[in-house]
Amino acid sequence: MAPSFREVLKFDKFVITSEIGPPKGTNIEKMLHHIDLLKDKVDALNVTDHQSSVMRFPSIGGCLAIKERGGEPILQMTCRDRNRLSLQAELLFAYTRGIRNVLCLTGDAVLVGDHKEAKGVFDLDSTQLLMTIRQMEAGKDLGGNELDGAVEFCAGAIVTPEANPIEPQLIKFEKKVEAGAEFFQTQAIYDLDKFAKFMEYARQFPVKILAGIILLVSARMAKYMNENVPGIFVPQNLIDDLASAPKGEAINKGIEIAGRMIATLEKESICDGVHVMAIGREEVVPDILKAAGLAT
Amino acid sequence: MKSITKQKTFEEIEQQLDGFDRVYIAGCGTCATMSKTGGREEVLEMRERLQELGKLVTGWIVIPTACDEMTEVAIKENNGAIQNAKCILVMSCALGVHKLSTYIDKPVIPALDTLFIGIEDSPGCFQEVCAQCGQCVLGETAGICPLTACHKGLLNGPCGGTDNGKCEVDKEKDCGWTLIYQRLKEQGRLDLMRKYHSPRDCNVAPRPRTTRIT
Repeated sequence: MAPSFREVLKFDKFVITSEIGPPKGTNIEKMLHHIDLLKDKVDALNVTDHQSSVMRFPSIGGCLAIKERGGEPILQMTCRDRNRLSLQAELLFAYTRGIRNVLCLTGDAVLVGDHKEAKGVFDLDSTQLLMTIRQMEAGKDLGGNELDGAVEFCAGAIVTPEANPIEPQLIKFEKKVEAGAEFFQTQAIYDLDKFAKFMEYARQFPVKILAGIILLVSARMAKYMNENVPGIFVPQNLIDDLASAPKGEAINKGIEIAGRMIATLEKESICDGVHVMAIGREEVVPDILKAAGLAT
Repeated sequence: MKSITKQKTFEEIEQQLDGFDRVYIAGCGTCATMSKTGGREEVLEMRERLQELGKLVTGWIVIPTACDEMTEVAIKENNGAIQNAKCILVMSCALGVHKLSTYIDKPVIPALDTLFIGIEDSPGCFQEVCAQCGQCVLGETAGICPLTACHKGLLNGPCGGTDNGKCEVDKEKDCGWTLIYQRLKEQGRLDLMRKYHSPRDCNVAPRPRTTRIT
């Protein structure tokens, strides 16, 4: 039997995760194709939970599909759309279906998505969701009632190493560690020197850190992210690299950049692994891993 | 404390007044006057617009404080013009609309939307500072309410959507947790940010909320 993600995190190996974005609709063919393409090339696959507050096929549905196809899913759970009853119920269900990894997120604001008039719930926050998991593992729900059958999850969270100011993020990071986070997948990083400094700090905690790698597909995308995505900073030299690529070739440059970064992170043992996000271009994740010299 | 309002679109007001040919207008001399949504000037402008629509405005008043007890007296004093109207168009916050509807046995139509309870930071700038949650944490958050100042109402620190002290929903909005962080740091009380806040009780005072002074 393949080792669980929690076991993989304990091995002395460079961990690779990637993620699947479910479709808007019932046509899950492409999602299944991406799962089949990636499930044996990575240690686990996240499934996003209405990413950017855009309504989609649910994370739990994607996770079940990964499970059915022999992969290791990481259930992304945001606190945006469900109150504490609903979150706990989903954790119970996920556990009974063999899902053992949860990434606890606050969730983007409803206002950035495609249902701008919806109610943002945020009954719990990411730290409280982590605590909820640990409490449910001890056999109690948030109301203090006994569970007839507890759960057990490898719980993770996220951190933004390039946030400004950084100190409030680090305080929250430490709260998440105390609340029981075992692994962190970071917001996308591009400046490895700055990330290495963050890792010097993060190494003092007993958690695994997987650096977030978002595939850059064009100079325009890089500039857009710099202007609009909190905590992401693509340095000018990478933007120039992308811009210098011949027409239609920028994505190959992006694959090369991502591969190079992953290779450096691994060779210099800067962190414990990477989380590769190709956002709509999942089919090139194997190429990125190949470029990093990590293809299996 | 001020109840911050904004005027509904005239189309919506017109729609709500459909079928009422005679209208009495009531404004408020306190919050709605300060936020320039239902003071004397706005009431008179509304009267003019309704007249242009062909409505008969039987009278108007700017009640000193529409939500307090004196409103009943003001209504009695103007009973003739009110009785002559088919409905009352109220240019106050919802508290005034509620108060008027308890005294007047005619349809009471709000002309304003009540947005929040706020304070005036600087002239003309109103800020929501309290969500009336019933569990005040201001003592631990340097006087800035995370439930109100943070778009998501988070209790345990900023989300990943904070950027250079601004919020992901609007680059003009300050990140509440960055403000809390800065002030706690100035006060040498950053340790308070490390304290875990358990999920809050959303039913400290179950809705509809009431209280009785004993």
